[in-house]
Amino acid sequence: MKGLMQNNLAMMVLFSIVVLSAPIWANPIGANYPDLLQKFAIFGIFAIGYNLLFGLTGYLSFGHATFLGVGSYTAVWSFKLLSMNIIPAILLAIIVSGIFALIIGFLSLRRSGIYFSILTLAFAQMAYSLAYSVLTPITNGETGLQLTQQDPRYLDVLAGVVVEDGLPSTNLFGMLMKANGGYSGFYFAALILILSFYISLKIFRSPFGLKLKAIKSNQTRMKYTGFNTKPYLLTAFVISGMYAGLAGGLLASIDPLAGAERMQWTASGEVVLMTILGGSGTLVGPLLGAGVIKYFENIFSALNQAELIEVFSFMPEFLQNILVFICTPFVGEGWHLTLGAIFMLVVIFLPGGIIEGLQRVSGYIRRLVGFDKEQVNKESKEERA
Amino acid sequence: MDAILIQLLNGLDKGAAYSLIALGLTLAFGTLGVVNFAHGALFMLGAFCAVTFQKILTISKRVKDESITFFDAYKDQPYLEIWWGDTGAAIIDYAVPLSILFAIPVMLLIGVALERGLIKHFYKRSHAEQILVTFGLAILIQEVVRHFFGANPIPTPAPDVVSGSAAIGSFLGLSDNLVYPWWRLIYLFFSGVIIFAVFAFLKYTTFGMVVRAGMADRETVGLLGINVQKRFTIVFAIAALVAGLAGVMYAPILPPDYHMGMDFLVLSFVVVVVGGMGSLEGAVAAGFLLGVLQSFASMNEVKAIIPGIDQIIIYLVAVIILLVRPRGLMGREGVFEE
Repeated sequence: MKGLMQNNLAMMVLFSIVVLSAPIWANPIGANYPDLLQKFAIFGIFAIGYNLLFGLTGYLSFGHATFLGVGSYTAVWSFKLLSMNIIPAILLAIIVSGIFALIIGFLSLRRSGIYFSILTLAFAQMAYSLAYSVLTPITNGETGLQLTQQDPRYLDVLAGVVVEDGLPSTNLFGMLMKANGGYSGFYFAALILILSFYISLKIFRSPFGLKLKAIKSNQTRMKYTGFNTKPYLLTAFVISGMYAGLAGGLLASIDPLAGAERMQWTASGEVVLMTILGGSGTLVGPLLGAGVIKYFENIFSALNQAELIEVFSFMPEFLQNILVFICTPFVGEGWHLTLGAIFMLVVIFLPGGIIEGLQRVSGYIRRLVGFDKEQVNKESKEERA
Repeated sequence: MDAILIQLLNGLDKGAAYSLIALGLTLAFGTLGVVNFAHGALFMLGAFCAVTFQKILTISKRVKDESITFFDAYKDQPYLEIWWGDTGAAIIDYAVPLSILFAIPVMLLIGVALERGLIKHFYKRSHAEQILVTFGLAILIQEVVRHFFGANPIPTPAPDVVSGSAAIGSFLGLSDNLVYPWWRLIYLFFSGVIIFAVFAFLKYTTFGMVVRAGMADRETVGLLGINVQKRFTIVFAIAALVAGLAGVMYAPILPPDYHMGMDFLVLSFVVVVVGGMGSLEGAVAAGFLLGVLQSFASMNEVKAIIPGIDQIIIYLVAVIILLVRPRGLMGREGVFEE
């Protein structure tokens, strides 16, 4: 299994199968809604991109939601001005957020550690406040940017696309994103996710990725060996900003709206949570984290007290009452409470996230099954190396 | 002239709140070396101390309303009024100032519990992990408060006597139209007292001297046989108390709701960084400076020249200062530098 995971092709095939079969395996756990599956894919991309910065270099950015928001706004503007086709929208989203990331990254990366976090946070807050106030002509302020019937859509007009009554829908060369009950949108997002994952895999296993890891473990030493770390950090920052822009563009492609709340710093916090929860610095960890958070958000926030009573109905009544009483604050509106609690527990007891948890469990099982102790030790040493 | 004076006062007022929170943050940095993202939540808890105290004072009994004679009407009358009449009513009126007495033990207790229960285990971990765990804690506290108090802001009025405005214009010999809310003036005065008290405590007591020595060189102080850790725990509790008191007094200005802490936290962090990480004077100075700048930027005359400047001035200043003067205004060398 270990050797298999080292092989890029095998890993990609496995990954693609898992992602594309999501509607099948998501069914038994009650997550087979196109809406939710799309969210898995999109926030997976966001987290993978964030991980390229935080996981590899250890630079904790608190402003990545800015790029997500910029991507969304760009995509919606592309729908308004150019075409309802999502390809130009997504490309533009990536480019524009990349430019933003270049500027913000260039300035923020002049400092490191907590100063870097505060700088990115300051830029993010500036973008958020401006989107709400002065930039209202571009962002449409609190209402959020929406499509209207009067939008020019020059490319569509050139191509002779006729818009019927009502608002047009986003499409991929004629294939509507909301066709097949939204599964088209999901499969498109899934394909992009597979592509993004492949790029991230390549980066992880390239000399460039190794340099980033070296910066994380000891930047001073890197500098003493005469190595200029700045360009590498900036590249990582821009790439992860582009990933965020891509995610924002996809969000807008599936639902052509963009609002400033996507840029709030709590949104940046969320992607940090996803990355940490899954396991920062690992390949699939952030994806797992994004999936888990979005899944539980969906499940927990939909529950209410009546349903809780049903869930625990197989128990004796007095136990049921106690459990319902304990669980009520954690579901529905109180979902964030659960999130905060999970998050704290993970950071305190499992700093490596879910991936570390799985590794520990599998190591434990191997020892139980009777693997030679030396072999386990050897393997864990290899892992660390 | 009037407008400028008003904006100056507004700015000092805002700056006072920033300074108090930033002061606590800096104390926690300087002593324990911990980046506490839950500090805003402590400010919010302080405000909710006032809310809780007011709720306790106004626990009511349903009694018949005698003033309505056409039908049987009922109204809620606080027990305090029933027992003590006018004295009780006066106590309720002064709920906010009195809740300071309630907040002091509560906040100290929360501070000690937090330090011993959670922060202690994070000394050796990286700053990123400290930020993350306290961020989680902040979410947790926020949601617990929302569970008990709801999502809407809860009005906690100041005492009647000071709910009006002070005629500072006529007092200073300027125009009579120049008035300013009494409570905001009191807040300004109160913050001054607290800031002064914290500095005096650190400067003129033996305890403070040890703490300052510990901030400068923890190891040597430990080698001299002094239990630095214990004192630092107390300092953390004091930091929590300062944030809490700032929250209590801010309640009449801004009706507390569960996310007020987060709003202030981001700003206070910026303040701390601008002032210079680990410098108490820097935190206070930067707090007032940014408060005043923000309030001048929100004047219509300024906004007409640079639209939107009021929204971003603080962050803009922070970015410029960090890029030009990396250690902040009064930062010392070697503090929080990796």
